[in-house]
Parts: sequence; structure tokens; C-alpha cells
Amino acid sequence: MNRFAALLDRLAYEPRRNAKLRLAAAYLRETPDPDRGYAHAAMTGALTFRNAKPALIRGLIAERTDPVLFGLSYDYVGDLSETVALMWPTPQAGAPGHNRPPAPTLTEVVETLASASRSELPARLAGWLDHLDEIGRWALLKLITGNLRIGLSARLAKTALAQIGEMEPNAIEEVWHGLEPPYESLFAWIEGRGPRPESVDPAPFRPPMLSHPLEDVTDFRAALDPASFSAEWKWDGIRVQAVAGFHEGRKTARLYSRTGEEISGAFPDLIDALSGDPHFVGAIDGELLILRDGRVQSFNVLQQRLNRKTISPKLIHEFPAHIRAYDLLAEGEEDLRALPFAERRSRLEAFVGRLDPQRIDLSPIVGFPDWPALEAARADPAGAGAGVDAEAVEGVMVKRLDSPYVPGRPKGLWFKWKRDPFVVDAVLMYAQRGHGKRSSFYSDYTFGVWRQGQAGPELVPVGKAYFGFTDEELAQLDRFVRKHTTNRFGPVREVTHTADAGLVLEVAFEGLQRSTRHRSGVAMRFPRVSRIRWDKPPREADRIETLEALLATYPEPETTDP
Amino acid sequence: MRPTDILKITPQGLYCAPGDFHIDPVRPVAQALVTHGHSDHARPGHGSVLATTETLRIMAVRYGEGFCGTAQEARLGESVAIGDARVTFRPAGHVLGSAQILIEAGGCRIVASGDYKRARDPTCLPFEPIACDVFITEATFGLPVFRHPDLASEVRKLLDSLALFPDRAHIVGAYALGKAQRLMALLREAGYDRPIYVHGAMERLTDLYKAEGVPLGEVRKVVAAERGKLGGEIVICPPSAIQDLWARRFPDPVTSFASGWMRVRARARQKGVELPLIVSDHSDWDDLCATIRETGAGEVWVTHGEEDALVHWCRTQGLEARPLHMIGYGDEGDDADAPREEPAA
Repeated sequence: MNRFAALLDRLAYEPRRNAKLRLAAAYLRETPDPDRGYAHAAMTGALTFRNAKPALIRGLIAERTDPVLFGLSYDYVGDLSETVALMWPTPQAGAPGHNRPPAPTLTEVVETLASASRSELPARLAGWLDHLDEIGRWALLKLITGNLRIGLSARLAKTALAQIGEMEPNAIEEVWHGLEPPYESLFAWIEGRGPRPESVDPAPFRPPMLSHPLEDVTDFRAALDPASFSAEWKWDGIRVQAVAGFHEGRKTARLYSRTGEEISGAFPDLIDALSGDPHFVGAIDGELLILRDGRVQSFNVLQQRLNRKTISPKLIHEFPAHIRAYDLLAEGEEDLRALPFAERRSRLEAFVGRLDPQRIDLSPIVGFPDWPALEAARADPAGAGAGVDAEAVEGVMVKRLDSPYVPGRPKGLWFKWKRDPFVVDAVLMYAQRGHGKRSSFYSDYTFGVWRQGQAGPELVPVGKAYFGFTDEELAQLDRFVRKHTTNRFGPVREVTHTADAGLVLEVAFEGLQRSTRHRSGVAMRFPRVSRIRWDKPPREADRIETLEALLATYPEPETTDP
Repeated sequence: MRPTDILKITPQGLYCAPGDFHIDPVRPVAQALVTHGHSDHARPGHGSVLATTETLRIMAVRYGEGFCGTAQEARLGESVAIGDARVTFRPAGHVLGSAQILIEAGGCRIVASGDYKRARDPTCLPFEPIACDVFITEATFGLPVFRHPDLASEVRKLLDSLALFPDRAHIVGAYALGKAQRLMALLREAGYDRPIYVHGAMERLTDLYKAEGVPLGEVRKVVAAERGKLGGEIVICPPSAIQDLWARRFPDPVTSFASGWMRVRARARQKGVELPLIVSDHSDWDDLCATIRETGAGEVWVTHGEEDALVHWCRTQGLEARPLHMIGYGDEGDDADAPREEPAA
């Protein structure tokens, strides 16, 4: 456990990617099985414990510390594991009954967390916490909370693993799904001591191909030949991979997020349809959307289906899940990823043509003779073929016709060209401390615009933004909040916001929805601070009518919030 | 007299009505009593300043000899009358010359402790607890997550890293007044005898410490043109310089920062620190609580920092407590000795 804790500690402070890789690879090379396998599982987020959950940690600390002091500390540190690791009252050295036993091994910890009963766990965990130092406690608690926050992605951890056997990280990805910690057969293969582990997974995840912003290409209108590219809408849903295959005569269908997380459980309707359709054997890259009467709903509607604990028949009925297909990665047993995009596209068209259009349809191609034509389509998707679905279009995707499907974010093949955001000048009203990287800074800002109140103009909150600014601007905003606090509500500070005193933020956002949950009646999609208007007095900020006018350009939603 | 009749909060800072003076005022006033030389407590432009000799010298180094109308020396432990109040300065253990100020008026004893710490510091006199009715405390690290570790182990971390990376320059951010010199003294105690290099912004304050008789060994100012040759050396600079272009010219620099904030990982990462050293000139949570108990005060006022938690703790101990929500404190260091890229030499 101590070696693993030391590794996490060093990774957390190491800013350089290559140095992180070296640290992780050295650990994986030098640590024996099964410790290293469990460590790798922790780094890739592959460990989950049925009974050991954050609530267990909260329970233990609540028995040992003042709840107000814990709350304030957690609010400051912004990380449960770290707060508890720092606050944990350790028994006095030399106190009777505390002969230091050796620290537990990582394997012992993981296996106990996985197997101990709900009633045994608190005492086991408390015993370890009493005998580990602050770094050990932090690492142990990180195992339970799951999110390590050490700046090491699952992808980087797999790259480190590949390095110990001089392999390509994608070779690891291909066999990854279907293997279980502590991955002894995988290590044996990488180190040349055993055969390639047979992935028994008939529906594996394939790392997706990602794009670069088109605007990042210097003078792209001259640099890129439109004839070499195909364009389609960039749909505002969630990017998914739908996969189905056979193993020993039984069909399995799965849905993955773009990070490889399996999300089948949240979409049983879709999974049933994919399993039941005899034509669906292969892997599709597409966008998950909610379709009602053939119309794509906004992201706001989709969000009401996401993150639900229970998936009721009513939810499924009111929010039918649908996939709009972008690409075909495999058909039957055949891997199509090396084929050029144009060829995959025609295979995709034929493939989707055999499926139930209620569940899977094609993302249409947007034809364009030159860049100005595409720019016009991007500015007005409704007029350029997206029709009533235009509201769910967040821009266009531009793909080289000859591009193979390359996992990761290869240069020069795929581009995204998002719509220009809307902007509004709003007044900072409340601020709250952030979590994670932003912990201890006031980094979450609630902002409002003017409306006519009973006693004259008043500010009404219209949204919350917590990014868009640089680290330097964050420090300035934080200082502003601290110096202009007029009231405190727990972790929230109210900030001066009168007509003459206060801070105006230019807020960019992607879209606007009517909302019954917000006092202002509108909800912004993807709001962020695009500029800090130190120069502008609050009285000159925008009015709610500006937002309402924007709303009027959208068609009314047919159903209201459930 | 009630304590609130003796000391009031004004936009200038704490004001003592019976003595007609301010303590650590943030704006120019007629008569100022200054606890220590950090720039958020000691500001120029007052009519008169009463402070310890060392604090007056620090202010003169920072702001020039004419930093106030008249400078008056406060002798530690000597009680003097100012108007209807009596004041006594006693060591606060924060930095060279730092003092607490005991104010006695109308039968009430109030201690304004300024910033203080209880941990060992070879560069200044140790904190002396003063029995009082009202104790005014800072709360920079007023959360129970702040427990400063053993100093020797933090210094050992730096020396271990030097041994591990003998070719890399170790750039250590430290406040120019106090922390930098304490770190030098601690390194000397740990047996480190190579020259210690400092950023130009630290030179005069370091010289002042040496002139005051604090042994720091050989300290050299970094010559811009020779930065490339300082692999394997310790270079101490103001915190804002560690991410500056200035620091990138050293051989493969290891970025370090000596501060109590380094206890919280996100703080270290926000500053791009690879080697955090938890060395603080403020009291940690346990020391704040222990000190409040030692003073025997029935009432505690909390000036700046994480006041909510300390106020809550005091109340759970049956003490009256209130936050003063004072503005303008706690920003020492980063901008005080503004280190910018030195002109190319």
C-alpha cells in the first residue's frame, strides 16, 4: 500500500506527461503481481466496490470530527479523500493497543474492500486509517471514492502498461474489455511470457476517433481543399458506440460512452432493440439523442433522461433513445477501421438501411461546394437541411474522405466547426468555491440580468458559470469576490451587485431553454465566462428581454418538463 | 469599559479609541502600531509608527527611510502609556521583529497578536503567551486540515530531491521576508553547507537578517547570465517567480514552494509545484486552538483567514468569539517584492 501511495503522490505532483508515464511504467515493471494489476485497475477506474462507498468514509469521519468543522474543511479542500486523510485523528504514538502492525498490501486492501461485508468494513477501514500516514490514508480513500484526480487518464495508464512491453497502447485497448483485475494474463502477454489474452467479449469497446477545431488550422479556407472533405451535422447529444456480437451462439449488445464506460444499463430500450435486430452485428459510432415523433429533442431534454438511478417504463416512453449514426467501425466480424471514410460511409448507409429507423438512422451528409457554402449552412442549419432538428445542431463536422478511423485525436483528418455562441452581459451575484483543481478558489459564479421588479429594476439570476477564464483571471475574480462579499450562506458568498457597484461578466452560451426550475424562466446551455468586463458598470448589463427575444426565435417545446 | 469600546473596526483597520492609534492600518493614519514587517501589516505613509527595532528596519528597507513621519522604537516587554491606554510589545514568533501588542485600558486586557506561530524558528524570538481577556487572532490556517508536519522532514524532502536529481536546479518559492531566511537557517541546521542562491528581490532583506545576527551561511545573489550553471543548487525566490520566465532559465528546474498552503494538493497543483514543502510561519490548527486556551481569554476575535471554523471551535469551547471580517490582510508576499524578469544582463 505504501508503494502505491507513494506512486499516486508523485503522479499527483508531476506535471509532465512523459515523466508521469515513466513513473507509472517503472511501478508496473517493478511491482509484483497481483499488486501491480490492482494498481493499474485503480488508475484506469476499473475498481468498484459494492459495499465500500464514499458514504462509508463520511460515516467514519462523522463519528470522529465536528460536522461543522468537517463541512468547512471539505468545502475548502474540495476533495473528500484528502479532507478525511488530513483531518483523521490518529491515535497517539505509544498509546496502549497501538503497536504498529505492518501496513496492509494493496492486494489485501482491494480484496478486503471487495469481499468484506457491510458490517465488517467500517472497523477494517478505520484500522487501516489509524496506521497509515497522511499520504497512505489519502491513497486508500481514493481507491474507495474512485476518482483519483492525479492527472493520469485511463488512456495514459494503458500507455504506461504498453511501454513495459514496447507495445502500442491500442493493442491493450483491443483486449482490455473483458479482462478482470489483477490482469495477470495481460501482464504475462505484455512481458512476452504468455499468449495474447483471448478477449471473450463479443461486443468490445473501440477507442473513438476525435477531432480538432477547424479554427485551429491557420487560414483553413486556403489550406484545405473542400473537395477532399465530407461534412455532416454535429449533433448535440452524447457521443456513443453501439456494439453487438455473438459468443457461443448468444448475442450481446452494448452501449459505450466515448471514454469507454459502459452505459447499457441506462438505455434498456435501445439495448433491447439492438439485441433483437438480427441485422445489427458490428459497431457503430454515433450520437445518442432523444427522438419524439421523428424530431430530435434538445440536449436539455436528453439530460432529463441521463443520470437517472431508476429507468422507469414511463421515462423510456417519454424519452425514447435513438442513435444517429456517424460511422461504421465493424460489420459482423470484419474490422472496417482501416478503410477510408468514404468507403466506410457507403458501408454504413447500407448497414443502417437494414435497421429499424425508429432506433438508428443516418446522420445526413451536408453537401458543400466551397467553404463559404458550409459556413452558411453552419449559420443556418434549418435552411440547410436540418429542418426542425436544427435546434439540436451545434455545428458541423468536417472529415477527410480518405481518413481511416484512427483512435485518439490524430492531426489533419477530422475537424469540428461549432456555431458561434450567443453572448450576454450579466452581473456577478453569487460565488461559490470550486472543487478539484479549483478548490479553495471562488470559481463558480451565479450571474443575473436586469428585469423590472415591483420596486424598480432588479437582477434575476439566469445561470451559473465555472469556466472560460484563465488561471490569472480566476485569481482576479477570486480576489474580487473576497473583497466584495456582502453576505454568506454556507459555502456561497453574495457579492455586491447594485446598479453602480459590481462586476459585469460577458457570458457565452450555446442555447437557451424555457425552464420552470429557474426563477428567470430560462436556462442556458453550456454557459461560460467569455470576458470579464471590468470596464462596464452593472447598470449597463443586459436585460431579461434580450434573452426572451432569443427564446422567441426557437420553436416552442411541445412537451413541458415532466 | 467593554472591549468593543477600546478597539473598533474602521476602514483603516483596528482602532484603539483610548490611545487614539491604529494597529496595522491598511491606509495612512496619524499614529500606527505595527506588529511586523509583512507588507499587508506594515504600510508606508503613516504619521508616526511604533514598532520593534527590527520591524522599523524592515520597513525602511522596503519603503525607504522616509516611510513615515516619526518612527518610534518599541522595546519588547516594556509597557508604555499612549493616551489612556498602556501598550506592551511581546514576541510573536512569526518573523524577525514580529510582536504581539498587549493593550490595557479601562481594566481590560486585549492582545492583538498579529500573525504568529508556535513552531520553532531559528531566525526570530519565540512566541510568548500573554494572559488576557480578549485575544485577537489570525486564522490563516484555521481549518483542522492544516496540521503542519515536522519541519526536519520537510527540509529532508528538499535535500533528498537534490540527491535524486543532482543536475537539476531546485527553485524554491518562499516569501521574501521571513520564510526565505528561515528556510536557509533550517538548511544550515540540516548540515547543508553549499552556497544558497537567492533572487535579487530577496537580497536586501537577507542582508538585513544577517546584519541582525542571524547566521545564514554563504548566500549568493543569482546572476542572470549564470542561471544555466546552477544545476544541483538551491535557489530561493519569491513565490510569483517560480512560474516566471526567470525560473525557466535554470537547468531542468524542479519547482518547489515552501508554504503552509502546500498541505492542500490542489493548492500545490494550481501553482505548478512539483515539490511542495509544508513550512509555515503561521500557526496550524492545533497551535491556534492551543494558543487560544493558553491565553485564558474568554473572548476571541478572529481577524483574517478561515475565520468561520475557528469561531465555531471557540464557541464549542464555551468562548465568546466573533469574526472581524477584516479586509486587506493575508496577501503578503506575492506582490510585495514584485519579482519580474530581470533585465537581460
